Amino acid sequence: MDPRIIVVTSGKGGVGKTTTTANLAVALAKAGYKTAAVDGDIGLRNLDVVLGLENRIVFNLVDVVEGSCKLQKAMVRDKRVENLFLLPAAQTRTKDAVSSDQMLKLCDELRENFDITLIDSPAGIEQGFRNAAIGADEAIVVTTPEVSAVRDADRIIGMLESMSKSPIRLVLNRLRPAMVKSGDMIDVKDVLDILAIDLIGVIPDDTAVVVSTNKGEPLTLGDDSTAAKAFSNVARRILGEEVPLLDLDSPDQKGFFGFLRKALGL
Amino acid sequence: MNFLARLFQMIGKEKSKETAKKRLQLVLIHDRTDISPEMMENLRKDLIGVISNYLDIEEDKIELDFSKEERSVALVANIPVKNVKRRAERRAEPA
Repeated sequence: MDPRIIVVTSGKGGVGKTTTTANLAVALAKAGYKTAAVDGDIGLRNLDVVLGLENRIVFNLVDVVEGSCKLQKAMVRDKRVENLFLLPAAQTRTKDAVSSDQMLKLCDELRENFDITLIDSPAGIEQGFRNAAIGADEAIVVTTPEVSAVRDADRIIGMLESMSKSPIRLVLNRLRPAMVKSGDMIDVKDVLDILAIDLIGVIPDDTAVVVSTNKGEPLTLGDDSTAAKAFSNVARRILGEEVPLLDLDSPDQKGFFGFLRKALGL
Repeated sequence: MNFLARLFQMIGKEKSKETAKKRLQLVLIHDRTDISPEMMENLRKDLIGVISNYLDIEEDKIELDFSKEERSVALVANIPVKNVKRRAERRAEPA
């Protein structure tokens, strides 16, 4: 496989970019691919805490692009999973600390050293996002089934298209199947109709995600929740496997009454 | 439309999911074309101005809106014509 660089982005903040990046990075490393998880949010670093590697950071992305430290030296190796490395963002600098040229050069170096690189993009559509995306080949857009998040995703998709990223695929995060059934949440199909891009996964809203972030242990390390399975499936789809979408129906939608509801189109 | 949507339409209540979908579709059309309601109104006035030089149109029956297809958008105008002006008349009128 040629080395791949994938930017994980969303436009809107708080929809689950970092959680998605962390879980996918772990799952891809577990699948045997040498994986780099890069925190592109200079000044607001977060990927380190979600991955549970915050105490092991010595150098960061800005040190590498400024040439004060070699890439290999800045990468934090995850001791729990073979093949997983984190390049943390700088916390005491701002987004202006990195230029587009520096990012492109960094991406070239990442390509030489890793099978797959995931870049966690900052929220917004400004330079921080552009830097995170500029060196990437592909993009994963994370959104939630909310009007504001979908609107921002649309804007970001337009920008990624104009930057010639391909493929651009969608993760629909925090879906609540029961609310979809009762008609109070936009459905997967609606989001896809509106955004007109390919889906790479649907992640149910799951309390396990909060617990995993509290602990700094991504779900894909070995949790058996539905969200963990959903993230693992996204990773498998990134690797080209065809995996059907999970059945996210809550228990009350199953069984005889579930059948009845389905038959009535409810 | 599914059974539920039809049922709620009958009793005059729309589920918030449908509301969200409609609002999103509209807002995105404007986001994607970068046109504000004021600009739309100006466009309508300008169109009326230009077309009136050539045709007699029913100004209050003009339908002007965007139609959406995948990621592209078309401007669709439905302009009822009352009468086609005579050549001489057309030339005589100021542009």
